[in-house]
Amino acid sequence: MRPETLIPKIGVVTDIRVDTPDVKTFRVVGLDGKKVFEHIPGQCAMLSVPGVGEGMFSITSSPTNEAFMEFSIKKCGCLTSWLHMMDVGQQITIRGPYGNGFPVESALKGKDLLFIAGGIGLAPLRSVINYVRDKKENYGSVHIIYGSRSADDLVDYQEILNEWQTDENVKVDLTIDRPQEGWDGHVGFIPSFVEELKPDLSRTVLICGPPIMIKFTLDGLKKMGFQESQVYTTMELRMKCAIGKCGRCNIGNKYVCKDGPVFRFDELSTLPNEY
Amino acid sequence: MKKISLTKLDEFFAAVAASQNLYLPVDGAKGAEYSLWTEGTVMSKAYNTLRSAKDFFFPQVETLAAFKVNGKNIEVEDVRKETEDFVVFGVRACDAKSFEILDSVYLADPVDSYYASRREHGVIMTLSCKKPTETCFCKAFGIDAANPGGDVSCWMTDSELLLQATTEKGEALLASLSILEEADDNAADSEKEKLQTILDKLPLGNLSTESFGGDKLMALFNSDKWEALSESCLACGTCTFVCPTCQCYDIRDYDTGHGVQRFRCWDSCMYSDFTLCAHGNTRNTQMQRFRQRFMHKLVYYPANNNGVFGCVGCGRCLRSCPISMNIVKVMKALEG
Amino acid sequence: MQEGMVKRASELLADGTVVRVLGWKNGEFVYDPTPAVFESVEALSDFVYNDFCASNLSKYLVALSKKEGKTLVFLKPCDSYSFNQLLTEHRVDREKVYIIGISCDGKVDESKLRAQGAEGVTGIATDGDTITVSTLYGDVQLKKADVIAERCVTCKSKKVVAYDEMMGENGEENPDCGRFDQVAALEAMTPDERFAFWRNELSKCIRCNACRNICPACTCEQCVFDNPKSGISQKAAADSFEENMFHIIRAFHVAGRCTDCGECSRVCPQHIPLHLLNRKFIKEMNECYGEYQAGAEAGSRAPLVNFTQEDCEPSIVYTKEASK
Repeated sequence: MRPETLIPKIGVVTDIRVDTPDVKTFRVVGLDGKKVFEHIPGQCAMLSVPGVGEGMFSITSSPTNEAFMEFSIKKCGCLTSWLHMMDVGQQITIRGPYGNGFPVESALKGKDLLFIAGGIGLAPLRSVINYVRDKKENYGSVHIIYGSRSADDLVDYQEILNEWQTDENVKVDLTIDRPQEGWDGHVGFIPSFVEELKPDLSRTVLICGPPIMIKFTLDGLKKMGFQESQVYTTMELRMKCAIGKCGRCNIGNKYVCKDGPVFRFDELSTLPNEY
Repeated sequence: MKKISLTKLDEFFAAVAASQNLYLPVDGAKGAEYSLWTEGTVMSKAYNTLRSAKDFFFPQVETLAAFKVNGKNIEVEDVRKETEDFVVFGVRACDAKSFEILDSVYLADPVDSYYASRREHGVIMTLSCKKPTETCFCKAFGIDAANPGGDVSCWMTDSELLLQATTEKGEALLASLSILEEADDNAADSEKEKLQTILDKLPLGNLSTESFGGDKLMALFNSDKWEALSESCLACGTCTFVCPTCQCYDIRDYDTGHGVQRFRCWDSCMYSDFTLCAHGNTRNTQMQRFRQRFMHKLVYYPANNNGVFGCVGCGRCLRSCPISMNIVKVMKALEG
Repeated sequence: MQEGMVKRASELLADGTVVRVLGWKNGEFVYDPTPAVFESVEALSDFVYNDFCASNLSKYLVALSKKEGKTLVFLKPCDSYSFNQLLTEHRVDREKVYIIGISCDGKVDESKLRAQGAEGVTGIATDGDTITVSTLYGDVQLKKADVIAERCVTCKSKKVVAYDEMMGENGEENPDCGRFDQVAALEAMTPDERFAFWRNELSKCIRCNACRNICPACTCEQCVFDNPKSGISQKAAADSFEENMFHIIRAFHVAGRCTDCGECSRVCPQHIPLHLLNRKFIKEMNECYGEYQAGAEAGSRAPLVNFTQEDCEPSIVYTKEASK
């Protein structure tokens, strides 16, 4: 019998971190205690609970982490609600890696990078951020602009405070949507925050967040003088097979699971706006 | 080329069926369907079957894997079995072409092992059309009904069945059938000519595909015709399910009470839940769903497959759409 | 008739009585008109009405009567029953619909044409009771009575029951249409035979949902079979019995509301006689609670939602007659 990607492997949840009221980060290894597979930052995996469903999640840990994979998952539908109820030791199924990932070994190499994330949109970018931090000799400086509804909704907050902000190569700017007691940082939506910060036009931009945030942020970036070909994003549509066959995650003739999830905006602008 | 007298047709079928399952079109109360040949089965003379032949390789439902859940532990069971050899006889040129269209999806990396196993074990014996009908438009997609393809191409004259192997698999099958006699390589020529004169008269034979293809993506996507074309669409999946090239599927879990079966089934982009996610839907209107189906066949598929269209002109959707909306009407409207 | 319909539609559009017309649009062949909305007098040049305009337009009014302005619709007798039923269930807004009732002498079933040898159709001409079909393989002459759709052969009523104006003479109900004969034949079978009959028929189902989506009684905003949490939402059968359940549950759900328009069987690409399930229910209810025709009268109370003390209790009273 030839190998079949649709038949998943078993993953064991070895750690669960509560990030925000509706986001948890799950650490997953194989039955042998090792990483189930290798991946490129930005790639995804299909996780499932038999009888509940299967869904595509971006791998939030960096490939440079040799011990395990992590998935930051927001509670949203049936499957994610179930995942949020799990205890450590629970087995799930996992298959992958899927998708193209960010071009960390080509287009991004040697570049100064600007990451813009909103809410759970930090999840797929975290993989790249940590990859770039671990291989800093290959990249220029890193600027991260991250915002969420409230301070409680900032994903990976401890990591941001303790690791990213202490990294001399990394500059982090945080914002929350509305004023909140105990928060002395910036308050306001991401698109206007980005405009205020006037990021360096030479940076390559990686952006992920709710569609409405992406739309307005991109408009702002373009106004500032960024080119669409400088900006990457990562998409999410309904997926079943994750291998470009089942036919539902297409944007025009491109399949998000196979040709994406990472797209450059100049590619996206030649495709129907059906996402 | 090989031949056999039509008086010995049953013996021929028996010979094929001796070492593998043989399926062929058989008349039912309301039309022809593929059935397993057994002693006494009479082959249909219908222009084509109601359902397409895609079921042989891409069945409507199949189990992908099974799971046993025990507390926190999960066991994955590979339920795949190697397909047994089988022969499908009487496939028309359009349906034979549809397998190539499915191949370029399912056999592309990573290969779909379920589909591949059936493809490897199935031998397609096509049969040239005798009486194509007004809903046929395979010619528009460059299909030659007189040379129907498959592993073995067949023609039926008034007295003989002529057989020409076109692949190694086909050669091997014909070589194993000692009942066949040698025939002239041009024995089918007059049959082909006869068919050609009918094909030339088909009302949809000259349907133009010029306005379609991957390079016209945005113009066609943004056409203002979609609204009116999709207006009376009922959002059922009939066109999708009778279509030999519709290839999209859903994967679902079914809890049997003593384990979970993960199965896949045909899905339809016409259905409202096709792109429904926990966070919303990317195609909220029937117009968008309707447009997706035709864009897939006429634009997206050719864009990804060297200009080959995702339709074979079998005409099944023309006959079965409850409101008689179909790809021909769509093509003509978008063009005009 | 077509000419008169276009003329009247043009008038009503021109004088502002209606803003759109729901009818049928010319197809590729004579037999394949598509339901369509016409918004101008010019657009009506594609309007068609012939022996093949079989589709029931009533259900489209659920959406159209939510739009701005009045819609003109042409309703055949059976379609008008569906309209009344939708009205009863508050699914259409009567004020937003202008109905022209059109008489109907039965629609032709295209598959019957084909079954009688008219394959490769290039043209169809009707002359009184004779239909001449030109085909790629020569002309075929057929009697209309021989190719009329099964549901029209047993037509329950030629009377348009809801209209603002009638085009032509209104017809009569036909209680002796014999539409329950086939149901009676099924009832006469042994349970095993009947089970085998339905298993054979329903096993052909491809779960395309055409029967449900065309059904004027199926107007739920979201069908139970589309609810992923229902456990029965599979598009195709997870086991072979589920297909049967889909049709049986659907028949239960439309019981007392089904007007017997026959659209379910007309649209089935697998030609399953689905209307027989619904007719069984109608026959059963007629026998238990007295004659009732859904849609005959707008606002009427169906027996299943209209309890009276005299009602028989089918689960308790074994013979229906005993209850009367």
